Amino acid sequence: MNSAAFIVTAIFTVAAALAAATLRKLMHAALSFAVALVGVAALFFLLGAEFVGLALVFIYIGAVAVLIVFTILLTRRDVGRNRGFNWGGALVAVAVFGSLTWSILKTQSLAIIAPHMPALTVKQIGAALMTTYVWPLQCVGLLLTAALIGALILVMEEKR
Amino acid sequence: MSKSTDQVFLNAKQWLLSWLAGSPTWMVQVVSSLINIFTLLAVFLTLFALMSVLERKILARMQNRYGPNRVGPFGLFQPIADGIKMLIKEDIVPMRADKIVHFLAPILIAAVAILTLGVIPYGRNMTPFTIDGGILFFFAVGSATELAVFMAGWGSNNKYSMLGAMRAIAQMISYELPLIISVLPVVMVVGSLTPDRIVAAQAEYTFGLVPRWFVFTPWGAAAFILFFVSGLVESNRTPFDVPEGESEIVAGHMTEYSGFKYATFFMAEYLGMFAVSGLGITLFLGGWHAPVRMLEFIPSYIWFFAKLSALLFVYVWVRGTLPRIRVDQMMNFAWKFMLPLAFTCIIAAAAWHYCRRGARGWLWSFLVIAIVYTALSMLLDTKRKFAPRVYRFAE
Repeated sequence: MNSAAFIVTAIFTVAAALAAATLRKLMHAALSFAVALVGVAALFFLLGAEFVGLALVFIYIGAVAVLIVFTILLTRRDVGRNRGFNWGGALVAVAVFGSLTWSILKTQSLAIIAPHMPALTVKQIGAALMTTYVWPLQCVGLLLTAALIGALILVMEEKR
Repeated sequence: MSKSTDQVFLNAKQWLLSWLAGSPTWMVQVVSSLINIFTLLAVFLTLFALMSVLERKILARMQNRYGPNRVGPFGLFQPIADGIKMLIKEDIVPMRADKIVHFLAPILIAAVAILTLGVIPYGRNMTPFTIDGGILFFFAVGSATELAVFMAGWGSNNKYSMLGAMRAIAQMISYELPLIISVLPVVMVVGSLTPDRIVAAQAEYTFGLVPRWFVFTPWGAAAFILFFVSGLVESNRTPFDVPEGESEIVAGHMTEYSGFKYATFFMAEYLGMFAVSGLGITLFLGGWHAPVRMLEFIPSYIWFFAKLSALLFVYVWVRGTLPRIRVDQMMNFAWKFMLPLAFTCIIAAAAWHYCRRGARGWLWSFLVIAIVYTALSMLLDTKRKFAPRVYRFAE
């Protein structure tokens, strides 16, 4: 059951990712990217990491995908134009894929069977974030606030 | 007696599943989920049909006219006539439209609305889809609505559609913040993101009389009002129907949709309204619990749907009463008023919790909210009376 679900989800995700890379229209590619992210979230769900899956959907579909489509909409005047195939991008993708595969195959810990871990509840994650990892959390919060204020100042209307 | 009527739907499901005795576990799981899905769809699509005619009836009564009364008794068969009309209408797709995106947008928006309905507890042991972070699931899936609206606006290849979609996304993103932050106090006080736990935390009665619903605490009342207003915006209802304001931009992102696709958008809007109201009931109005202990013999799901009808009536009432709000006023309201007040609710809830949740906590949290509310209203008061309107972009 689980492996069948994994295969279906994996095919779905890879197909959507391929579509995102190869579709002619930029907007279609951006939307397929969002679909691929749904597939990745489903993989997290299969692994029992519900919180990560939900956070992925929340941030990437709700914010990043919307940001991408808006960026395309507001910056390009010729979105519908056929751009042809980008061979440089393909080269980079193949290089990244190759180096990742190589390093994963070289990893020693791959041979060790992972111990069976009980699924983490949201409560445990929250407790860990608020106690052990409270400093990194606060730093990230500060950074994001600074970025937000910076963005506001950039677009603030100048007083005439 | 009350026990069996309360669990009658669960028993029916168990009886259906007992037919499968002896088949593999995964098959039972799949059939069990399918039963949940079919029940959910049947109940809420019927409710949608009923709501569409009742809303027209109530609005008509408020405007001193009759409303639909030709089809069937009291016009109750109106949704059937409307459904047939929508089904047999011509489906027009603009020639220059992005056909795939144009086709997928209504499907996505309806799917999202149905998915969010799945995590709400409708009665004792009656949550269709139990998940550890149910509240998070609701908002995570709900955030895909923005993408669907964008797809509708983009796919139509029409300026009005695109403008409507931009307006819709701007308002949804702005009001998603107060919506989610007004949920946080409840999550904080209960210590769980699971809807069932949140409902269970509101089960008791103070002095055996007043139910311990969160709406009866100062922070809960404030958060509930914020939640309700943001919910109104998220479901694009009057007075916040700026994205589809028919006197300004035809119908926004729905301009180029006709026939059943338009009906799907309409349905998704209503399902989204049901989902937000259901979540509000779960978080603040005690879920499926009875308001008085004496009335607990009435089945839990009846209480849930009674509360849902009350909230839906308020939606219609607001629609019949208030005019549409201006875009810039709406944005200012979200960022300058709703968001700070939503943060205040968190602080008030913390004060309530650390004063042992008693009368003293009640007083302190009330004070916190009252001070911030007064300060905000004094700060935001522009002291301008009927200043001439400035058109910044249309000079």
